[in-house]
Amino acid sequence: MSARWFARRCLFIGYTLLVVSLLVFAITQALPADAAVTLLGENATPAALAALRLKLGLNDPVWLQYWHWLSALLRGDFGISMRTGQPVGPMMFSALARSLLVAGLALALMLAVAVPLGLVAALRRGGPLDLAAGLISYLGVSLPEFVTGTVLLLLLADHLHWLPATGYVPLLRNPLDSLRHLVLPVLTVSLVMVAHVSRMVRSEMIDVLHSDYVRAARLKGLPARTVLFRHALRNALLPVITVVALDVGYLLGGIIVVEEIFAIPGIGRELIVAIEMRDLPAIQAGALIMAGTYAVANFLADIAYALLDRRIRYD
Amino acid sequence: MIELLRQLARTPQGAAGLLILLLLAAACAFGPAIAPYGPEHIDFLGRFHPPGARHWFGADQLGRDVLSRLLTGARSTVPTALAATLAGTLLGAVIGTASAYLGGRWDEIIMRTIDAVMAIPGLLLALLVVNTLGKGEMNAAIAIAAAFAPGMARITRSVALVARRQDYVGAAIARGERGTWIVFREMLPNVVAPIVVETTIRVAFAVMLFATLSFLGLGAQPPASDWGLMVADARPFLHQAPWMIVAPGAAIALTAIGFNLLGDGLRDVLNPRDER
Repeated sequence: MSARWFARRCLFIGYTLLVVSLLVFAITQALPADAAVTLLGENATPAALAALRLKLGLNDPVWLQYWHWLSALLRGDFGISMRTGQPVGPMMFSALARSLLVAGLALALMLAVAVPLGLVAALRRGGPLDLAAGLISYLGVSLPEFVTGTVLLLLLADHLHWLPATGYVPLLRNPLDSLRHLVLPVLTVSLVMVAHVSRMVRSEMIDVLHSDYVRAARLKGLPARTVLFRHALRNALLPVITVVALDVGYLLGGIIVVEEIFAIPGIGRELIVAIEMRDLPAIQAGALIMAGTYAVANFLADIAYALLDRRIRYD
Repeated sequence: MIELLRQLARTPQGAAGLLILLLLAAACAFGPAIAPYGPEHIDFLGRFHPPGARHWFGADQLGRDVLSRLLTGARSTVPTALAATLAGTLLGAVIGTASAYLGGRWDEIIMRTIDAVMAIPGLLLALLVVNTLGKGEMNAAIAIAAAFAPGMARITRSVALVARRQDYVGAAIARGERGTWIVFREMLPNVVAPIVVETTIRVAFAVMLFATLSFLGLGAQPPASDWGLMVADARPFLHQAPWMIVAPGAAIALTAIGFNLLGDGLRDVLNPRDER
């Protein structure tokens, strides 16, 4: 990994955020909402509205408004929420932290299930376990999160009373209770990814097991276990890293739905509330932070790829 | 076309996918005609009637027949998802082909911008677009198309670039074939196959995305019997009437599975080299 590659990659993240900021700003400008009316209510006098518009700079040309917004962003100022009157930045970042807890647990669960599942499916190709894994993955990619979430809620919380239905408990206040509340949302968002990634592990593994170096390792007389884990699995998992990073996009989308169903005060729920209330600064900040999270996740995946595969040199 | 269908019916996934989609097409075409009740037929005495002989899939909080609502709702859900996917594919194909054709610096700029747009999760992009345009089925379709276009552009571009570099294209040029012949007879058939497969699988996503938008209250509006909306409506009655959620949820899943199976079958038929 050369410094030049690093600089280029950082430049790309910057470009990504610039494009996203332009897009999000354009969309929020086009939203049928008047910030002054949102703030003062429908019954405000025309004079008061005009004064507020002047104060907010709503009469400026659009490019100038964008510039004011962007330069404030660069100073770390995301603006003031129209709904709560609080700064949007801290509000969104603490919501993001709660969402990342769900996302991180979902990723961990997904890897713990998908990798062994794909491995076994590849080794017993065509066997009953392979067919079962295939069936599960068809179901996984065909069920939208709002259906899986609601059905899991119906089964595990409502019917069997194993788990609390909805709500969020901070991790530090009561770790056990917090985790109990997170089981259903984490299960829901990880199902799609398990389906996706286990198929990927399976097909990569089948390819790798037919490769020359695995044959060579077998012919050398290495124990089957060594060949499987040291030679085959390691190489099969490399492309999986990229897929997982791309799946972060689905994960973030899924989190929006899951937070809505299970009443978790994360960034997805904040965004939905912001969209409903036409809270423009909150929409802008939330969308930008989500896109930034995705860009950073892919950046980290590239680094992990390079660290694990010495043949890859980014320059 | 007939030949393709025959080959498709010979693969297990293709046959299963075709069967499911035929059922769906029948539901879209004849749904309202074969439905035992009207979708808005209210029967207060039959509220929350469990599944049985009178109501095969049960009745909802107003005594409306769930099966009849599902059959009528197919017309709103499936064609909308299809149209949205086709629009997104077309838009993406134009951008991707243009990028591959222009090449060089323009290709770099267009693709980096596409990558940047893809950093916004598809659902979020759709949410933002549908809010700008206003709630409703048509606008939800436009939002889905907008969310799909970047991904399709990327795929079209990579496929077009690969096709241009193939030996058989070089051979055709060396034989002195005309440019149009090369584009339509040599390149296009090889470009279309992967795009058709991807588009088919995307319809499954579109069905789910459209249902999700309706579920969040931004797609189809009440009293429509759109499947996502039916799940959203049923949530307060989770305890009394679980069938109200299970039936439309299963319908969405079945549709998505059908398109996924068909996509996999098409992949096998159109790309015999790939053994997986």
